[in-house]
Amino acid sequence: MDGFPILSLMMAVPMAGAIACLFASANNARWIALIATLVDFVLGIVLWMNFDQGGLQWQFQEYAPIFGRFAWALGIDGIALMLIALTVFLMPICIGASWNAITKRVGEYMAAFLFMEVLMIGVFTAQDLYLFYIMFEAGLIPMYLIIGIWGGADRIYASYKFFLYTLLGSVLMLIAMMWMVHEAGSTEIPVLMAYNFDPHVQTWLFLAFFASFAVKMPMWPVHTWLPDAHVQAPTAGSVILAGVLLKMGGYGFIRFSLPMFPEASAQLAPMVWGLSMVAVVYTSLVALVQSDMKKLIAYSSVAHMAIVTIGLFAFNQAGIEGAMMVMLGHGLVAGALFLCVGVVYDRLHTREINRYGGLSINMPRYAVLFLFFTMASVGLPGTSNFVGEFLALMGVYQASSWVALVCTTGIILGAAYMLYLYRRICYGPQVNADAAAMPDLSIREFWLMAPIAAVVLWMGVYPESFLAPMRSDIQALEARLAPAAPAGDSKIKMGAPKPAGESHHEEAPAHGEAH
Amino acid sequence: MIDSASLLAVLPELILTAGGLALMMVAAFGGDGSARVVTWLSVVTLAIAGAALSCSLAHGPDAFDGLYRADAFSVFAKALIYVAAAAAILLAPRFFSTDGVPRPEYPILILFASIGMGMMVSAGDMLTLYVGLEMNSLASYVLASFMRQDERSSEAGLKYFVLGSLASGILLYGISLLYGFTGSTAFDGIAVALGEGVSKGELFGLVFVLAGLAFKISAVPFHMWTPDVYEGAPTPVTTFFASAPKVAAMGLTVRVAIEALGPAGLDWQQIVIFVALASILFGAVAAIGQTNIKRLMAYSSINNVGFALIGLAAGTPAGVAGTMSYMAIYVLMTIGAFACILQMRDADGKPIETIASLAGLSQSRKGLAAALAIFMFSMAGIPPLFGFWAKFLVFDAAVAAGLTALAAFGITASVIGAFYYLKIIKTMYFDEPTAAYEAKGGPVENIILTACAVVIVLGYLLNPLLDQASAAAAASLF
Repeated sequence: MDGFPILSLMMAVPMAGAIACLFASANNARWIALIATLVDFVLGIVLWMNFDQGGLQWQFQEYAPIFGRFAWALGIDGIALMLIALTVFLMPICIGASWNAITKRVGEYMAAFLFMEVLMIGVFTAQDLYLFYIMFEAGLIPMYLIIGIWGGADRIYASYKFFLYTLLGSVLMLIAMMWMVHEAGSTEIPVLMAYNFDPHVQTWLFLAFFASFAVKMPMWPVHTWLPDAHVQAPTAGSVILAGVLLKMGGYGFIRFSLPMFPEASAQLAPMVWGLSMVAVVYTSLVALVQSDMKKLIAYSSVAHMAIVTIGLFAFNQAGIEGAMMVMLGHGLVAGALFLCVGVVYDRLHTREINRYGGLSINMPRYAVLFLFFTMASVGLPGTSNFVGEFLALMGVYQASSWVALVCTTGIILGAAYMLYLYRRICYGPQVNADAAAMPDLSIREFWLMAPIAAVVLWMGVYPESFLAPMRSDIQALEARLAPAAPAGDSKIKMGAPKPAGESHHEEAPAHGEAH
Repeated sequence: MIDSASLLAVLPELILTAGGLALMMVAAFGGDGSARVVTWLSVVTLAIAGAALSCSLAHGPDAFDGLYRADAFSVFAKALIYVAAAAAILLAPRFFSTDGVPRPEYPILILFASIGMGMMVSAGDMLTLYVGLEMNSLASYVLASFMRQDERSSEAGLKYFVLGSLASGILLYGISLLYGFTGSTAFDGIAVALGEGVSKGELFGLVFVLAGLAFKISAVPFHMWTPDVYEGAPTPVTTFFASAPKVAAMGLTVRVAIEALGPAGLDWQQIVIFVALASILFGAVAAIGQTNIKRLMAYSSINNVGFALIGLAAGTPAGVAGTMSYMAIYVLMTIGAFACILQMRDADGKPIETIASLAGLSQSRKGLAAALAIFMFSMAGIPPLFGFWAKFLVFDAAVAAGLTALAAFGITASVIGAFYYLKIIKTMYFDEPTAAYEAKGGPVENIILTACAVVIVLGYLLNPLLDQASAAAAASLF
């Protein structure tokens, strides 16, 4: 693969598809979009196969100084590779989910999605600070149009809120970036990741980046745009929003905030912990009382993302690996749950939980898959989310046992609201005649969800496939953070193994609370 | 003394003058029927004048004993002015032909205004400055009231004339104060005198000069004329006002601030910062309630001038380069946006100006809606469109000059501005269609529109060129 610009190609394919879709008829646009995303998926597999695990930190690098002040600089490490894999995996599913649901202005719709894919891959591959910013911000345009044109009844309010909220969050980051580039004399992200900024300035820089990533993530209390955006967006829009766009915030923390401002990260970690603890408990409780399915899953996303932030700010390998696994797992599971909502929404055109009930009788296949994803969202062992949440909580336990204690309640609450949701939709008597008459999954719908279920299971049973590419990068990050990492309060002692029969509960609480 | 080098340095202005006078004769004898010929010949004249810029640069920088400067800065600004003027000429015939015949005076007046604008950006002396400014203004007053039978147009012309004269008076008063206290009208002379310390009188002169210039670039608090004039003037004239004279006035302001008032930098910097922030905020907030798209563009231009001034506030070569790059990108976006607005015609071809009439445009006129959306996103400063880069450059210069707080405040205020640009996109894309527009745009409009849109989308590839040109322009001032 030496010298072959595969990353540029992965962005060129959907870009060409997007332009073609603009001029194509509705049906052609669907096929163009599907083929373009599938080609990108194949390229993604090729990329993964050729990725040298434990080799150079930055691979597949490309550099073309064609923009004057900044360059077309691409390159990935294991973390970016995983997120790219998630993106190219979800995109064909999104196109498939929109196949029949979108009937008006199909060409533009598909073009917006393909353009979105270009930008998402761009965000994860950019090695130039300004190129990253451009890709990061540009994502607002297609998402604004997707929510605004093809969204629900209240779509205009939601699209404005999404756009202005995230834009306001991001602009200060740009000023911080300018300052950093003038200080360090380089726009290259690898250079900046190794540059030691003055700790006093780091605080300000960290806060500027935090404003952007916290909104994108989203963290409590700046999460309010998310439920609105999710509820109004079309199904595929929700899938991509929950599946990939939210991960840009977490990716930003890993790529920028932690390695570039380690001292400030350590100093402000209690703030992040505090916000995350509130998010886990508060948004879980909010999710419990929702009557709209999509809103419920949206709030659960906020709670899950809070597990990501505490894992990241645990400053150790377990925590960061856990955060990455939660991001990947949540991307799949939340995406699949939105697909599940989409399936029944397409039939009954309502997201009100009360309008359904007893679906396991007339839609058995649907009920099985929905149950599987519900369990995965709860974090049942054997599914992707268990691995991530377990690692993240174990990591943060080393940093702060109180944070671990509070955040672990999120898993109990998660079980509460997800099972409650499932019970109301799939179990019980069939009170609504129209809901009882709904047909089971079509072949298309089944094959949209089955691959996700397979990967969720794979990730839960053999997470090593996904952890291995990231391991050396996370080790490097941990080493970078080590001098600044706050001392933990759990005082874990790695004693010699003791003979059987004596107390072996020293480390047990964290595990016990987890499940 | 008049020598051949000086004459060669002013060659672009000479060509425009000769061309303008000759075409006036054509118009006088040819009548309204000659409009088409005169239109195209004036564009050719502008092109020849543009080609003569390199000759002008070779014989610069000083001409006529320092009264006139032909340096990289003036060449950069003039290139922009000529492009904008040519676009304004080309966009006009279709508009004027809807109610009556196009008249040949229009391109000729723009040519004369271009001479004035060329002198403005090339001024090396307060008197050259004033003559250039008035020459441009007089042509502009006539242009604003060009549709004589139209009440709004006459009103716009009169308002522009009265307020413009007031501003000229303020400017002249400031010049006289500066002359009285420094003993010179030459920029160099004033700079030398200010370098020895800024007296009260000089400070007053500086404030008056800047106030007069702020009127010409329509910066807050001297912006009041802009919305009325933009709304009342015929749309091609508004296109012209929003582009070429803006560049000229901004170029003039930058040159006066750096070359003449440079040593008093700390004194004018706070004024410029205030004016910049006030323009950004006011332009953004006042635009939100507008229902007429030309009026909205007027507030948008106020808003944009505020951003361009942030580069000047930095006071560094990078800042000046940023301001000039900003104007270059701004001119492209403005011309493109107005080329779209000129296509807003009902089924009978009558121009419409309400934003509400854009509803559902993305379904009836896909290409037009996409182009206007590109310009609006670009003006809002959303990457990957080129308008983002314009804002980037000025904010980057401000950060490099240590004005981080100014940059942070300015960029936060830009989010307010994004709201009303989004409103237009929302109207075009999210709302249900209303009465459809005329099915086809004019070919000239479409070509200009497409060219601008392509540059706005792919502009980053021009970055090395733009960086080089604007850096050279800025370097010639310091």
